[in-house]
Amino acid sequence: MPEARWEHFTHGADIGVRGIGPTLEAAFEQAALALAAVICDPARVARKDSVEVAVSAPDVELLLVDWLNAIVYEMATRHMVFSGFQVAISGEQLAGTLWGETVDVVRHQPAVEVKGATYTELKVYRNAQGEWVAQCVVDV
Amino acid sequence: MDLSRFTKVSDYEWRVEPFGKMRVPAVIYASEALLREMDEKVFEQVTNVATLPGIVKASYAMPDAHWGYGFPIGGVAAFDPEAGGVVSAGGVGFDISCGVRTLTTGLTVADVEPMKKALADILFARIPAGVGSTGSVHLSMEEMDAMLEGGARWAVSRGFGTEADLERIEERGMMAGARPEEVSQQAKKRQRDEVGTLGSGNHYLEVQRVAEIYHPHIAAAFGLKVGDVVVSIHCGSRGLGHQIGTEFLRSMALAAKEYGIELPDRELACAPIRSDIGQRYLGAMRAAINCALANRQVITHLAREAFATLFPQARLDLIYDVSHNTCKVEEHEVDGRSRKLYVHRKGATRAFGPGRPDLPEAFRHVGQPVLIGGSMGTASYVLAGREESEHHAWGSACHGAGRSMSRIQATKRWRGRDIIEALAVRGIEIRAPSLRGVAEEAPGAYKDVSAVVDAADRAGLAHKVAKLTPLVCIKG
Repeated sequence: MPEARWEHFTHGADIGVRGIGPTLEAAFEQAALALAAVICDPARVARKDSVEVAVSAPDVELLLVDWLNAIVYEMATRHMVFSGFQVAISGEQLAGTLWGETVDVVRHQPAVEVKGATYTELKVYRNAQGEWVAQCVVDV
Repeated sequence: MDLSRFTKVSDYEWRVEPFGKMRVPAVIYASEALLREMDEKVFEQVTNVATLPGIVKASYAMPDAHWGYGFPIGGVAAFDPEAGGVVSAGGVGFDISCGVRTLTTGLTVADVEPMKKALADILFARIPAGVGSTGSVHLSMEEMDAMLEGGARWAVSRGFGTEADLERIEERGMMAGARPEEVSQQAKKRQRDEVGTLGSGNHYLEVQRVAEIYHPHIAAAFGLKVGDVVVSIHCGSRGLGHQIGTEFLRSMALAAKEYGIELPDRELACAPIRSDIGQRYLGAMRAAINCALANRQVITHLAREAFATLFPQARLDLIYDVSHNTCKVEEHEVDGRSRKLYVHRKGATRAFGPGRPDLPEAFRHVGQPVLIGGSMGTASYVLAGREESEHHAWGSACHGAGRSMSRIQATKRWRGRDIIEALAVRGIEIRAPSLRGVAEEAPGAYKDVSAVVDAADRAGLAHKVAKLTPLVCIKG
């Protein structure tokens, strides 16, 4: 089975983020990395500090949106960018850790901020290869 | 877009008769060429909106319509609380009250041209733009509530502008009915350091030349003539509005079932106007409108300071400030009877015609200014609402060009540095915190704004008044 990975997909005005991995957790972590890459190149972001987040939702798709929105919130209020993500999911609960650093406009060259994760193209499923896929469009 | 599903009402009006669960028809105002180019999703979304409870007359889309969330961007719909009408967080969107204001400067192109680079530098230095930028105004929670109640009036009371500015802002600078207590602590935290910041994406401050006048009488009322220099500011309610959109979209999507509302799309999340959550959303959304009005007012103050250092004779007077993403209670005539409707405009401008008492006296006789934003290298336009527009789409017109290419495609096609250099050759100074951001916002990634404006004019939505072209653009 291929490695866990992320990709962007096209939306008319905004950007779709997609995480793919052997487990639901890995797909969520990769979707978060795809979100981080909307803003700037994660390779430029040092994993200096960590932030803990916890969200809960009645279904797994809403859980993805809440997870991504929690990251958007932490970025906005802490003025940070992130490049590392770890997730534990238990039923309706998600506990996540984000690693990153304070945004440095010159070094990180952040292109655009994300207003929020949306329900557009929102899907969490297993593909034909048995991998987990977690995706949605984010509004920028 | 497949045109076979439309009835052609005129060269600029296309109608879809109700089918399935649609309660009213859908109407798109556009030229045939613009309609053909529109995303298929616009058809799906404009017809989905027509299924919502209490919708009056029709679900409308403007000539710049494109794929949005729930509602298309460029979508307009009015709901009647008497008929079980709803308010929709998806119908307003994430960037609540994102809008444009335009100011005259008293300067001509001849004054500004020799100082253009210095002006670009000083504006870029003074106006916080881009991801992670913070403003010079840091609000305590008490001050935050005062801002959310008072909007631009709050900003003026704190020294960011004059009383004369307030007359030239929709709602006279303050949206009534705001309920700061319905705005979450998270939303307020997102805003604490963001007052007076441009944000990113398609938000900008532009110094523009008045390139053409199409309607001299109306242009004179707005204070515009060819060769004048004006300033336009495009931004919204920043993190606070985004957070309110996120939170209410979620809670309305979950609550819809409880109210027996069948959502064809979760992004159409809505609740009855006469419900607890509907009223709470309206209170929070109005606070976000005030946040946007305060934000544009503070940025105006910063722009005035920047101009004053280079042009002591400049006088930046507001023409008008319009919002593009709102739900407002308005009186409209329906079947010969005046009714109070909740008009959602998502990526659309209010475009009231002459005579409306809400308009400033200086141009009440010519109609409301409609400010259409461009994209760095392309023109912007000033239009004016007309009486006829109120019979079309509740007194609404388009808001911009709308994207024609995704951000991913744009970054594959252009490099930010090349765009900045190409625009410099055309006499346009760009200052931006991110080169990738510039590539994503390349002028070529947008529809032809002139075609959109012509369609709005010919459809009777608004008069075309003036064309503005960029001299300096500070990108968010």
